[in-house]
Amino acid sequence: MHNLTLAELSRELQARRFTSEELTHAYLQRIGRFNPQLNAFITVTQDEALAAARAADARIQRGDAGPLTGVPLAHKDIFCTAGVKTSCGSKMLDNFVSPYDATVVERLKSAGMVMLGKTNMDEFAMGSSNETSFYGPVKNPWDQKRVPGGSSGGSAAAVAARLSPAATGTDTGGSIRQPAALTGLTGIKPTYGRVSRYGMIAFASSLDQAGVLTATAEDAAMLLGVMSGFDPRDSTSVDQPVPDYTAELERPLKGLRIGLPKEFFDRGLNEQVGAAVHAALDVYKKLGAQVHDISLPNFWLSVPTYYVVAPAECSSNLSRYDGVRFGHRCENPVDLLDMYTRSRGEGFGAEVKRRIMTGTYVLSAGYYDAYYLKAQKTRSLIRQDFLQAFSQVDVIMGPSTPTPAFGLGEKTDDPITMYLNDIYANGVNLAGLPGISIPMGFVDNLPVGLQIIGNYFDEARLLCVAHSYQKETDWHRRMPPGFS
Amino acid sequence: MQWETVIGLEIHAQLLTKSKIFSGASTAFGAEPNTQACLVDLGYPGVLPVLNREAVRMAVKFGLAIGASIAPRSVFARKNYFYPDLPKGYQISQYELPVVSKGSVEIELQDGAGSRRIGVTRAHLEEDAGKSLHEDIEGVSGIDLNRAGTPLLEIVSEPDMRSAREAVAYMKKIHSLVRYLEICDGNMQEGSFRCDANVSVRPKGEQKFGTRAELKNINSFHFVEKAIIYEVQRQIALIESGGQVAQETRLYDSKRNETRPLRSKEEANDYRYFPDPDLLPLDISEPLINEVRRSLPELPDEKKQRFMQQYELSAYDASLLTSSRELADYYESVVRTIRGEAKLCANWVMGELSAALNQDGKDLNQSPVTAMMLAGLLKRMLDNTVSGKLAKEVFLAMWAGEGDADAIIAKRGLRQITDTAAIEKIIDEILAANPRQLSDYRAGKDKLFGFFVGQAMKATQGKANPQQVNELLKRKLTG
Repeated sequence: MHNLTLAELSRELQARRFTSEELTHAYLQRIGRFNPQLNAFITVTQDEALAAARAADARIQRGDAGPLTGVPLAHKDIFCTAGVKTSCGSKMLDNFVSPYDATVVERLKSAGMVMLGKTNMDEFAMGSSNETSFYGPVKNPWDQKRVPGGSSGGSAAAVAARLSPAATGTDTGGSIRQPAALTGLTGIKPTYGRVSRYGMIAFASSLDQAGVLTATAEDAAMLLGVMSGFDPRDSTSVDQPVPDYTAELERPLKGLRIGLPKEFFDRGLNEQVGAAVHAALDVYKKLGAQVHDISLPNFWLSVPTYYVVAPAECSSNLSRYDGVRFGHRCENPVDLLDMYTRSRGEGFGAEVKRRIMTGTYVLSAGYYDAYYLKAQKTRSLIRQDFLQAFSQVDVIMGPSTPTPAFGLGEKTDDPITMYLNDIYANGVNLAGLPGISIPMGFVDNLPVGLQIIGNYFDEARLLCVAHSYQKETDWHRRMPPGFS
Repeated sequence: MQWETVIGLEIHAQLLTKSKIFSGASTAFGAEPNTQACLVDLGYPGVLPVLNREAVRMAVKFGLAIGASIAPRSVFARKNYFYPDLPKGYQISQYELPVVSKGSVEIELQDGAGSRRIGVTRAHLEEDAGKSLHEDIEGVSGIDLNRAGTPLLEIVSEPDMRSAREAVAYMKKIHSLVRYLEICDGNMQEGSFRCDANVSVRPKGEQKFGTRAELKNINSFHFVEKAIIYEVQRQIALIESGGQVAQETRLYDSKRNETRPLRSKEEANDYRYFPDPDLLPLDISEPLINEVRRSLPELPDEKKQRFMQQYELSAYDASLLTSSRELADYYESVVRTIRGEAKLCANWVMGELSAALNQDGKDLNQSPVTAMMLAGLLKRMLDNTVSGKLAKEVFLAMWAGEGDADAIIAKRGLRQITDTAAIEKIIDEILAANPRQLSDYRAGKDKLFGFFVGQAMKATQGKANPQQVNELLKRKLTG
C-alpha cells in the first residue's frame, strides 16, 4: 500500500479495497521499523491514529466520506494539536501539550484524515538541515549520511521513506521547498495569506506560510484544497475563493510563458543541477510552453534582507517563551531576571539564540533605520522585480537549491553557507508569492528539485504546471533504495 | 524668581467593549483571577490577535468629539519588553501612526476667568497588561491576566497646562467626554480611567521647556492635583538650591503625599517598536467616520450652550449641570415636568440634590430621589400645597426613603393651609390673645408685624400660606 500516492490511496479507500485501519496500521508499522534510523518523528500518535482510522472507516461505511477520509498524514511539530505534545523542535516546548488544534489541523481532521504523529524539524523552524532540532538530526532516506533539508526535514524524510503518504510543512524561507527538493518530493508553499497561520507556532509572521510535502502535485492539490481559505482567527489570511485545484490539474500548457531569471544561474549553482533545470525546460517546451529570459535585478538582496526581517520578527515572537505560563522553566530561580535568563538560556538552542540576538540588534534604537527599515525597502524592491516579471511571464522556473543534499555536520559551523542553501527560496517568501518544488532528476544519485514560482493566488496554475511535468516524467515515482 | 509650570497629561481610558481588543474574552471587572483570559490573552504558542472593530469605533468617536483628524490608515506596532504580566513579551499598541491626532478641548478656568483650549496631540489604541500580585501569596508573586488585552485609548495632551488646577480641569473634561460618549465608564477606583503627568518648570518668560519628570499612574482628580503641586515645589526647590531636575519616571505616593523616582532615563527600556506583522494596517473609511459622526450624542459644550439659551441659565449653572450626561439628563427630566421654572429646577438640582449626594458620597445613579420624584415635589411647591420651607423637609424625607412627595405630605400632614376663612380665624384668635402688642402696633410699632406672622405660623406648625398670612394680617391690623 505504501508505494501508492495519496490520490491512489484515496481511490482505493473509496473503493473499499482496504480499510483506513489497515492502511494506518501499515504506516505505523513502517514508522516502527524505519523511524529509529531516520528520526523523522518526534511523536507517534499510534492509539489516536487507529481510533481516527476506525472513525473514518465508519464514515466511509455510512457513505458520508470525502476524498481524504481515512487517509493518513503527519503534521510538522510546529502545528498545535490538541492533547498532543507540540514541541516545535525545541527543549523550550518539550513539555508543551497544546490545548487546541491549529486551523490547518482542524480542517484536515474534519476532512477525516488520520494523524500518524508529529514530525521532527529545525528548532522553531530555524534551519535548513534539521540539525538544529532538540530531538537530533533527521537522516535523508536517499543517503543517511546526508541531511534531508529543513526546517520541515522530518516531514520530508517521513514522506520520502513512505512512513506517511503526505505531511504538512511550513515555509518561512524555503522550509518546504528545500527539503522537498533534497528528498525527491513535491512541496508547495502557497501565497502568503492563502492558508491560515492560526495555531502554527510563529517564527517570522510576515513570511510564515503552511503547505504540504507529497509524492505528487495531484496529492498536493487535494490537500491544499482543504487547507486553504479565509480564517477569521488569522487577520492576515485572505478572503478569496479557493479554486478546485484537482479540477484545474488537467488544463493544457500550450502557450505557457516560462520566465528564466538569469540571476538563478550564477556561479553558486552546481552545474549538474543547472543542467537538470534545462532538461526539465525541454520537457515543458515539448508540451507547448515558451521560455523567456528574464531578470530579477534585486535578487542578490534577498538573503541579506531575509536575515534582517526574519530574525527581527522572531526576536519578538519568541519573547513569550519566558518560563511563566508554559514551556521550560529553570530549576529554583532566585529572582525574575534569573528565571528569564536561565529558562531562555537553557530552553533555546544556539541557532535560535543567534537569530534572537540578531533580531534584537536590528530593531534596537540607533540601528532600526539602518537595518530593519532598510530591509523593508529592499523587500519592496524584491517584490517589484517579481511583479515586473509576472507582467511578461506566467511562471518563473529555476533550481530549488544550488546543490543536492549536503552531508550531516558539513555546514553546521558556517551559518552563512547554510543560509545560502535557500538562496532561491528566500525572495519568494519576501514577496509573499507561491512556489512549488518538484523532483527533476538526480545528481550524484541524489534527488534535485525544480522550483516553479507563480503569481499571487496562482496555486492552481502551479499545481497544473507541476502535474503536467509529472505526467511526462517518473522522477516523482522513484523511491529511496531500502524503503520501497 | 517667578516660575512657570508646564504640564502634559497621558490619560488611559479603558474602552467599554464587551470583549477584549484582540480576543473574544470578556472584559468584565472583578472575576476570579485568570478566568477571563483565553489562549490569545495568555499568549499561547500559535495564537493570533484579531482586532475588535468596536474598539475602533470608540476611538473614532472620541476623535470626532475633540475635532481631531482620524487617520485613514493607522498601524499597530509591538512594544517589546519582558514582564511577567505581559504574556507575549510585547504590548500591541500604536506608535508612528495613531488612529486619532491633533484635536483639542476647552476647559473652564475658575472664578469666571474664561476658558482655555488644551491641545490633544494624539489618541491611540492599545491593549492593557495583566496584573502582578505581590502581596497575596507568601514568598512568590501571582499573575492575574484577566485585564490582559483589555482595550485602552491612550490620550496624550500637548504640554498646554500651566497649573495643577488646569490639569485637573482638563482631566475632568476628558473624563466627562468619554462618559458622554459612552466609551469608558470612568471608574477610577477600578483603574478604568488613569493618568500619567509630565511636569516641568521654567522661569517665567522662558520659551524653552525645563526637564520633565513623568508621574505615573495617578488614579484620582485629587491626587493629580496634589502630586503635581508636590512635584512643582520639589523641582523649584531643587533648581533654586543649585540642583538639576533629572528626566525620570516618578511614582506618586498618596499616603505620604510625595513623589519618588521609579526609574531614570538611563535605565529606560529600548522598546524596539516595529509594525505588528500579525495585524493588517487599520483602514478607516469615510463612510464609517460619517456613520460614527451621526451616532455622536450632544457633547458637553453643545449642551451647555443649549442650556444657556433654552433655559436662560448662567454659564456657571449650565456648565455645572452639563458636567456629566447623567446630571444633565436628570435636570432635563425635572424641567420637562415643571415647565417654565428652569431656574428653580436648577437651584434644587445643584442645591438640595447635590448636597445630599455629596453628604452620602453617592453617585447620581444611586440617588434615592429620582428626577420624577423631585419634579413631583416642586410641583407641590408651585401649586402651594407645601411651602418652600417645608418642601426641604419633604425632600429629606424622600431621600430617607419615605416615599414620594404626595405621600410624605399626606402622612406628615404638611399640606399648606390656604383656606382664607381658616387663616382669618387663626389671626383673629392671635389678635384677641395679644391685645397689648396689637395696641402697640397700632400706635406705630411696625416691627411687631413680624411677631404676628410668627404667631400665625407657629399656630399652624408652619403650614399656613405665608403670603396669605401677610395679606390678611395687614388688612386686619390696619382695619
